[in-house]
Amino acid sequence: MPTVSMTVNGRKMSGECEERTLLVSFLRETLGLTGTHVGCDTSQCGACCVHVNGDSVKSCTLLAVQADGAEITTIEGVANGEELHAIQEAFRDNHGLQCGFCTPGMIMSALDLLKHNANPSETEIRHHLEGNLCRCTGYHNIVKSIQAAAVAMGGAS
Amino acid sequence: MYAFKYHKPSSIEDAAKVFSGADDARYLSGGHTLLPSMKLRLAGPSDIVDLSGIAGLKGIKVEADKVTIGAGTRHNDVALSAEVRAAIPALADLAGGIGDFQVRNRGTIGGSIANADPSADYPAAVVGLGATVHTNKRTIAGDDFFTGMFETALEDGEIVTAVSFPRPKRAAYMKFPNPASRYAVVGVMVAETASGMRVAVTGAAASVFRVAEMEQALASNFSPDAIAGVAVPADNLNSDIHAAADYRAHLVGVMAKRAVAKAAG
Repeated sequence: MPTVSMTVNGRKMSGECEERTLLVSFLRETLGLTGTHVGCDTSQCGACCVHVNGDSVKSCTLLAVQADGAEITTIEGVANGEELHAIQEAFRDNHGLQCGFCTPGMIMSALDLLKHNANPSETEIRHHLEGNLCRCTGYHNIVKSIQAAAVAMGGAS
Repeated sequence: MYAFKYHKPSSIEDAAKVFSGADDARYLSGGHTLLPSMKLRLAGPSDIVDLSGIAGLKGIKVEADKVTIGAGTRHNDVALSAEVRAAIPALADLAGGIGDFQVRNRGTIGGSIANADPSADYPAAVVGLGATVHTNKRTIAGDDFFTGMFETALEDGEIVTAVSFPRPKRAAYMKFPNPASRYAVVGVMVAETASGMRVAVTGAAASVFRVAEMEQALASNFSPDAIAGVAVPADNLNSDIHAAADYRAHLVGVMAKRAVAKAAG
């Protein structure tokens, strides 16, 4: 089996896996980072969203071997130790989650939006979240959370 | 997913060599069609030849008369490029409407057109803008590239290297997206080019096609009204759970009129 090495949340990590192992399986089962979720496993729901070399992608539709040598950020790498990231605080403050299953993907997706557009409109947020499904909230509080995060992160006026 | 051997060559020559030496190889670009197909065991290649390590396949070059996009360039690289938006806004719009943001961060133009999904967006740009497809062996006119449902003029093992889009005088792409997948139920690219008017339809039939009657009408009067009376026959259009053939025929007219209105500004 090939050995795959990547920098995950700033730490160099490696492990053996089959060529057909998906990145999300490698993160969860080989590296033990279970914050990234498998929802639909068909590249639709976005629960498995992580950043690969700075871009949000669906880690269920990427082979671990394709990410060999990449810089990966998962939900575990967002907080600063015990201190939540502003977007995590915003989701908590705005009731942006109920069951929480989609939340890691929502946050990783939203962080990529805010990187490209520090002050997104409600329409732009809803458009951006096309690839992230939530079955609890009706999205309303997720949108509010991301708007609050944009303010907290200094982008929005 | 069935097991396979994984290769990541760093040159087109090596990629073609690995491909031809394998039992049943497939090229992998963004992987957003191939990997889902493999998960469903609709595809079970013996070897995967990952093209993402080939530096020469990526990038956007904007010139006075055309925009050339490397086959390994991702949809978001096109959609978010200020240069592409300035040169051919319809192309940036089209790329920005493919799938969702995460899909656009992986999927590539070369992968999309080589796959030739009947509901994909890029075929409408390749045919509608009169593009030229460059491969490791030759150049293929956009009009000749798509030959049927998931069928192209590519030979076994041939690799798309880039697509050149001549700058149109004006153009716009409008689609009726499937609300879940964002694939085009019907998408229409309308363009006034140096070599004439082009109306290309994706999503409606087995493969992208042009509507000559609309092109003629627009040549004398570039307005939505000019094509309002053009009926596209429903024969040979796709019928599925998302839309029946007659509904798709109707949508071709609606999307074409919207595209003309947008292009006319």
